Amino acid sequence: MAEIARGELTEQERLSHEMGLHTEKLGGRSQQIFFDIDLDEAAHGFSLPNAYDVDSNKRAEIDASKMPSNTVNLRIRELMQDGYGTIVIKNPGAKHSIAVGILNRLNLIIDGSLGYFGCGLIDGPNVRIAGRVGWSCAENMMSGTIFIEKNAGSQFGAAIRGGDLVCKGNVGSRTGIDMKGGTILVGGDTGAFTGFMMQRGRMVICGNAGKNLGDSMYDGTIYIGGEPASLGVDAVWAEVTDLDRLWLERKLRQYDLLPKSGIGRFRKIVAGRQLWNYDNLEPTEKKMVL
Amino acid sequence: MCGIAGLIHRDGATSVGKEITAMLKSLKHRGPDSTGFAVYGTSTANEYVMRLKLAEQEDMGKDHRIHEKIRRRQAEVDNRLAELDAETIEVTEATPYAFRYRLRYAGDTRRLTTEIEQIEGAEVLSFGSALELIKDLGDATTVSEQYGLGSFRGTHGIGHTRMATESDVDIRSAHPYWAYPYNDIAVVHNGQITNYWIMRREMERLGHRFMSNCDSELLAVYTANNLERGATLGDSLKSSIKDIDGVFTYVVATENELGMAKDTMAAKPMVLFESDKLVALASEEVAIRAIVPREIDTFDPYDEEVRVWRR
Repeated sequence: MAEIARGELTEQERLSHEMGLHTEKLGGRSQQIFFDIDLDEAAHGFSLPNAYDVDSNKRAEIDASKMPSNTVNLRIRELMQDGYGTIVIKNPGAKHSIAVGILNRLNLIIDGSLGYFGCGLIDGPNVRIAGRVGWSCAENMMSGTIFIEKNAGSQFGAAIRGGDLVCKGNVGSRTGIDMKGGTILVGGDTGAFTGFMMQRGRMVICGNAGKNLGDSMYDGTIYIGGEPASLGVDAVWAEVTDLDRLWLERKLRQYDLLPKSGIGRFRKIVAGRQLWNYDNLEPTEKKMVL
Repeated sequence: MCGIAGLIHRDGATSVGKEITAMLKSLKHRGPDSTGFAVYGTSTANEYVMRLKLAEQEDMGKDHRIHEKIRRRQAEVDNRLAELDAETIEVTEATPYAFRYRLRYAGDTRRLTTEIEQIEGAEVLSFGSALELIKDLGDATTVSEQYGLGSFRGTHGIGHTRMATESDVDIRSAHPYWAYPYNDIAVVHNGQITNYWIMRREMERLGHRFMSNCDSELLAVYTANNLERGATLGDSLKSSIKDIDGVFTYVVATENELGMAKDTMAAKPMVLFESDKLVALASEEVAIRAIVPREIDTFDPYDEEVRVWRR
C-alpha cells in the first residue's frame, strides 16, 4: 500500500507535480527519487541485503544454444554468486523467460533475441539486448536499465515500477500497460492501447502510436514525437513545459535517441482525471449521497 | 492458447513439410491436443488430391466392427468416384481411418466432394490441386511422422497446434480448416470468436455447411464465401476484422498466396519475418528460429493489420 505524504511540497515534488507526475509519495527504492537522474548509485538503494557482491570487471559467457531457460537463469545466478559482474549470453535463440528475477547489480549483455517474458521482475541490472524481445519484456521491472537494439513485442514494460526500459525500434500493442513508475522510451512506433491504465511514470514515443493512446490512464505522462491514431478515454493533451523539454532532451540523449530535429515536435499527454473515483461507495450508495 | 505458424518461399519448392513440422514442434507448449498441417506443392491441370477420413480416431478403440465399416465406406467412395468419371491415380492409407486419393477429374469438384461427404462416416478433410491437409490428435512430431510429411516438397504451408478451449479434442475440431467446397483454401486460427453463432447462421443461410462446432471453422467458411463472390484474399481478410467479433489472429493459405489478419484489439500474438526469399510467421519467434537459425529482424504486426504474400 502506498505511503501517502501530505506535508508541504518540497521543490522536487513541486516540479514533479508540474510535469503531471505522481501526486503521492510511494515507498520503495527507486520511486521516491526517480526524478533526479544525477543522484549517485548509493542513493538509488541498490544494496539489497541478499545481493551478491559482484565485480563488473569479472566477465563470463553463457552459451544458451543447448540450454533450457531455467538452466540459463540458474547459471546467471551461479555466476553472480561467484562474483561475476558482467555476463554475456550467447545464442539465446528467442527462448522465453530468460534473465528473469535478477535482484542484483549486473551488466548483462544478451547477444541475440529473447522470447516472451524476458528480463521480467528484475531489480538492478543493466541489460543490453542486441536483438529483439517478444511479449511482456521487463514485466514488473523495479529498477536498472534495459536497452533493446531492435523491435519489441506487445505488453512491453507492463506494470513496471522503476528503471529505464528502452527500445530503439518499434514495439507492439499495450506498451506500458498498468505501469506504476519508471521510464519507457520507444525509438520507433508503438501499437494500440499504449499506456492503457498507466498509473505513474513516464513514457516517450519518438514515432507514432496506435489507437487509444493513454486509454484510462490514472496518472503519469506520455510524450509523443509523432502522431497517435487516437487518444484513449480520459487522456488529454497538456502543455509541454521547459522542465519537460529539459528532461526529454537529457533522457533521449542519454540513450542516443535524440532526433536530429531536436525535441520541438514532442507533445505531452496526461490523465484528464475525469475517471478518478476513489471513494468506497457502491453505485446505489452514491446515488443516495448525490 | 493454440500456436499457429506459416511460411512461404518465393524462390521455388523446398522441404516445406519438414520446415512446418519443425516450426510446430517448437510451439508444442502452446497446445498439445492436436496438430494439423496444410502444405502446398505444385499443381497439374485436372489432377487433385483429396484427403478424407472414414472414422474418428477414438472409434478405432471403441467399435469392434470399425475396420469392416471403414472397408465398406471406402468401397462406396470408390463406387461414387467411378460414377462421377473420376480416375483414381493412387490411393494411400495414411492411417487406418484416413486416406489420400490422387485423382484425375474434369468435372464439377463441388459435386464430387458433396457426393463423397454423403457417405456415412466420411469427411473430406481437404480437396485441391496443390493442397495437402493432414490433421490428427497428438503433437507435431507424431502427426508428421504418421502421415509422412517430412518428405513433402512445396512452396508454402500453414500449421496449428491446438489447445482445445471452445470445442472437443477430436480430429473434427483440429485445424487447419479446409474451406469446403473450395479448392486449395486452408485456415489456422488462434483466438476466440464471440459472434460465432450469428455469423454461422448467416453463412448457413447462404448455403454453407459446417462440419464442427469449432469457432475457427467459421473463418474458413467466411473466407470461402468471400472468395466465391469475387473478393481477393486481401479484401476478405480486411472485411473479417469488421465482421468477426472477438480476439483472433489467423492465417489463410490459397494455392498461390499466404495471408494473415489480426483483430482490432491485437490481443493474440504474431511474429513476422520477411526476406526476399522467405516469409515466416508464427505465434512465437522461437518457431521462426526453428527454420532460420541465425540472428534475424522480426516484428509484431499491429492491430487490424492485414498482409498477403504470393509465392
